[in-house]
Amino acid sequence: MSINGKAYIAGIYEHPTRKADDKSVAQLHAEVAAGALADAGISKDDVDGYFCAGDAPGLGPLSMIEYMGLQNVRHMDATDVGGSSYVLHIGHAAAAIAMGKCNVALVTLAGRPRAEGMATGTKPRDYGAAPDVPFEFIYGPTVVNMYAMAAQRHMHEFGTTSEQLAWIKVAASHHAQHNPHAMLRDVVTVEDVVSSPMISDPLHRLDCCVISDGGGAFIIVSEEIAKNLKRDCVKVMGHGEAPKNLNAGNVDLTFTGARWSGPIAFEEAGVTPADMDYASIYDSFTITVLETLEDLGFCEVGQGGKFVSDGNLISGQGKLPFNTDGGGLCSNHPINRGGLTKVLEAVRQLRDEAHPAVQVKNCQLALAHGTGGSIGTRMGSSTVILGRADA
Amino acid sequence: MSQQRNIPSPSKSVENVAFWAAANEGKLMVPRCKDTGKFFWYPRNISPYTLSGNVEWVEASGKGTIYTYSIMRRADPNYAIAYVTLEEGVTMMTNIVDCDFDALSIGQSVELAFFDTEEGQKVPVFKPAS
Repeated sequence: MSINGKAYIAGIYEHPTRKADDKSVAQLHAEVAAGALADAGISKDDVDGYFCAGDAPGLGPLSMIEYMGLQNVRHMDATDVGGSSYVLHIGHAAAAIAMGKCNVALVTLAGRPRAEGMATGTKPRDYGAAPDVPFEFIYGPTVVNMYAMAAQRHMHEFGTTSEQLAWIKVAASHHAQHNPHAMLRDVVTVEDVVSSPMISDPLHRLDCCVISDGGGAFIIVSEEIAKNLKRDCVKVMGHGEAPKNLNAGNVDLTFTGARWSGPIAFEEAGVTPADMDYASIYDSFTITVLETLEDLGFCEVGQGGKFVSDGNLISGQGKLPFNTDGGGLCSNHPINRGGLTKVLEAVRQLRDEAHPAVQVKNCQLALAHGTGGSIGTRMGSSTVILGRADA
Repeated sequence: MSQQRNIPSPSKSVENVAFWAAANEGKLMVPRCKDTGKFFWYPRNISPYTLSGNVEWVEASGKGTIYTYSIMRRADPNYAIAYVTLEEGVTMMTNIVDCDFDALSIGQSVELAFFDTEEGQKVPVFKPAS
């Protein structure tokens, strides 16, 4: 039993806004849903599966299904594993479709942290009434210093440098210059990154992603429906998901849950990292990309610094074109959850609809990886392998 | 020496109140699974190794080494967050206090201290070993 070939991504939409002062969260969800349905050429009345995560207002699917007037939903999934949720939803939707639980699944993400003035990265963040919170929150963990501690340890164990991490931002900026919606469109150099202000050692301002409003959506359909649509549909070939945590105090911040979610996805798809023409890698920070690339098997553990250097992630130059829309580092990171937009650019690449300057020639196979929560300590990881319909 | 960030008092629950009471007596208690003999962190009444309630509390020696750390430069005052590996083998989040931030390093020996929160609760922190 496998989901390989049982489901297809038929429509995608990315909200062009990066600051939504005059739109509610529910409205943004509805706008991206409408956009993805229009792209697929499917009516909202055909939607019989709905997927969302913690960014959806109220009781998630119960609130949004009513708001959008979806009348025929018979399958719901509100699994919330932070920014990795939407990549995970692809696997869950494909499994539901394979089991006949639904035929047209809608996945939405939207939010407005900028309009709401949220101090996303630098304000200590707790996770509600979780039992671990009293033993960490008092010490001031923020999004950025949690990732910084992972980077610090990776540097200690493997000799990774700030200049190597900077190459990840450099590559993203090369791609973002071609995206008219990207928040940061200026091409930057390694020197620009390492001379930007230190936020939390060793992460500089330009090691961090942007904070943006907006959102996105995609439609996943059965093989039978995909065959009858005019639009190019992208095949869901494999999916893996994994939790990673403090492991009872046996903390290791040098690797991510991708070490477990990646092999599951590759095996289901029957492919290897070397087969990938393109990769969308969650990029909340440069270190997130570096550790994830190692854990997915694109290079040896500890060699991520060398792998990302000298433009190896730049489309048209390097061996592994990544995040050709500019990613979270330069384009957007809607409601601090970047998993969904990772899927969108992978689909564009497989449809030959990325910007011509960054489009990978003859792109047949692509990977999208989502990271949620905080690196190494309470993280969700999800990997999908996507391919052209004839792949 | 750095100015000290004001550490807030932790939220209490029926499961962790004994831990915090011991902290007020200057003790860092670490839970140990009696089924396996292994220490674990963070404190809880259920062993993550065996899912049993067969858990005992052991006072830590207070010695540890820095597993990793970062100085939060955007906060006023700056502060050092860290994961410290205790002599007992588990790694816990903490703050490194009474130190020169620029002289901290991974592997450095640190020792237990307690910070008095405004609410009167003592919380465990670490400082460079004397």
